[in-house]
Amino acid sequence: MNRTYTCIICPIGCEITAETEGCEIKAISGNRCEKGKNYVWQELTCPMRNIATSVKVKNGVMPLASVRLTAPIPREKIAEAVAEIHKCSVTAPVQIGQVVISKLLGYDADVIITRSVDIKEE
Amino acid sequence: MKITNKRIVIIGAGPAGLAAAIALYERGERDIVMLEREAAPGGILRQCIHDGFGLTRFGESLSGPEYAERFIEKAKQLNIEIITNATVIELNEDKTVTAATPNGLLVFKAQAVILSMGCRERTRGALAIPGRRPAGVYTAGVAQAYINLKNTMVGKEAVILGSGDIGMIMARRLTLEGAKVKGVYEIQSYPSGLPRNVEQCLNDYGIPLYLSHTVTKINGEKRLESIVVSEVDDKMRPIEGTEQEITCDTLILSVGLIPENELTRMAGAEIDPLTSGAVVDERLQTSVPGVFAAGNVLHVHDLVDFVSLEAEGLADAVIESLNGTLENAEIPVTGDGVIQLIPQRITGKKDVTFALRPRRPGRNGMLKVMQGEQVLAKKKLPKALPAEMEQITVKADKFVSSEPVKVVLSFE
Repeated sequence: MNRTYTCIICPIGCEITAETEGCEIKAISGNRCEKGKNYVWQELTCPMRNIATSVKVKNGVMPLASVRLTAPIPREKIAEAVAEIHKCSVTAPVQIGQVVISKLLGYDADVIITRSVDIKEE
Repeated sequence: MKITNKRIVIIGAGPAGLAAAIALYERGERDIVMLEREAAPGGILRQCIHDGFGLTRFGESLSGPEYAERFIEKAKQLNIEIITNATVIELNEDKTVTAATPNGLLVFKAQAVILSMGCRERTRGALAIPGRRPAGVYTAGVAQAYINLKNTMVGKEAVILGSGDIGMIMARRLTLEGAKVKGVYEIQSYPSGLPRNVEQCLNDYGIPLYLSHTVTKINGEKRLESIVVSEVDDKMRPIEGTEQEITCDTLILSVGLIPENELTRMAGAEIDPLTSGAVVDERLQTSVPGVFAAGNVLHVHDLVDFVSLEAEGLADAVIESLNGTLENAEIPVTGDGVIQLIPQRITGKKDVTFALRPRRPGRNGMLKVMQGEQVLAKKKLPKALPAEMEQITVKADKFVSSEPVKVVLSFE
């Protein structure tokens, strides 16, 4: 099968044309680096995505701290992952890099804080 | 009124201002103050919680707040003064800077000023969409601030007008937070944001993108109840008979960004109508000597990594300006087939990196920098998109005369 992919790995966003048979890449063009080939292979087998959302912060100067994953997870698990993250809350102070959930849904991806939030002074 | 003398005043502590301040400090400058109108430095990055920032600079995919934090931490370590909640309300040609703060006015007399105020969003008013004026109509950045900073959800059923990057990112964000995004409508015949965002923000979530469509009516009394969308012809005029009503309580506008240059105008700097930013030379000095500009206040960038680079690039010129050795640029630069061309003037004695965007999408483009009939540099653009900023560098020894320079993009 011939299909065109837009690589999402970096901002260049290569337009990649690949001829595939099942999960095998027969021919590939348009990718400026090896990551593009891996991306196409991943799209064929199990598309992976990173996600960002926020968790509530108790007693913080801001009501939310943003979070992201340290590694992508299967795209089809995004809804489940977001629901899991939204169950969490943290108490200020929180620091960038602090782990909120380790091994989200059992995957090798942690949920980490991406915005430090100080304690709200009364 | 007390006037404080400063060597360097930086207006805006977003990514451009922070990078400029650090680069100047590292070159030995100590008498620097940054004036920031928000309560914290970081600029728009504070609300951009998605990842993808810093891939070229740090080789990792960071969120906006993390990218900003690396610069903020550095500035703190170096003890660079940042005054927050300080809105600059006046900038004069003699480089007097007046800021309104909760503690009253602050006035600085600067030897050099760096403009790094960023940009703002085009609004419904600029589009003149007919209809009622209900609640529920937001620009994408405002919706982003509500959701990511204020913990306030903007609505349940949303339609997005414009396929700018922030609009597409908000389509994904709204979906992840439980809203139904019914579609993204784009007046042009091609998406205005990056292809990777069409893929990962729309296609991944099954959000349809309708090209050559626009919103032609807004209905609702207190809250938005529905909108009408229409197809447009090749001159972007709505086609009668194609109207379709869509119920929704939220309309998000992602219809362009405008460099924020009130202060630049106030200082008497020449503005380029094509970028809506200041006219600058290759050292990023505006037409007012000692006043420099970098980042989205100068031209809207696609990636923050380039904003940081651009702002760092002006540090040497600022120091030359303070020492009185900065050369004047006399050679005018014009574009053909390109938009947002920077710089607009050059000395012809230094290497120059021109930044621009293609005027329209196209394949197998050829970008050339010409002086008269002489080609100074050329670069192939296999896939040219207005969503992507392009750069082309000309070495100093290539400039052949003081004739005007032209940057031309053509397609086979």
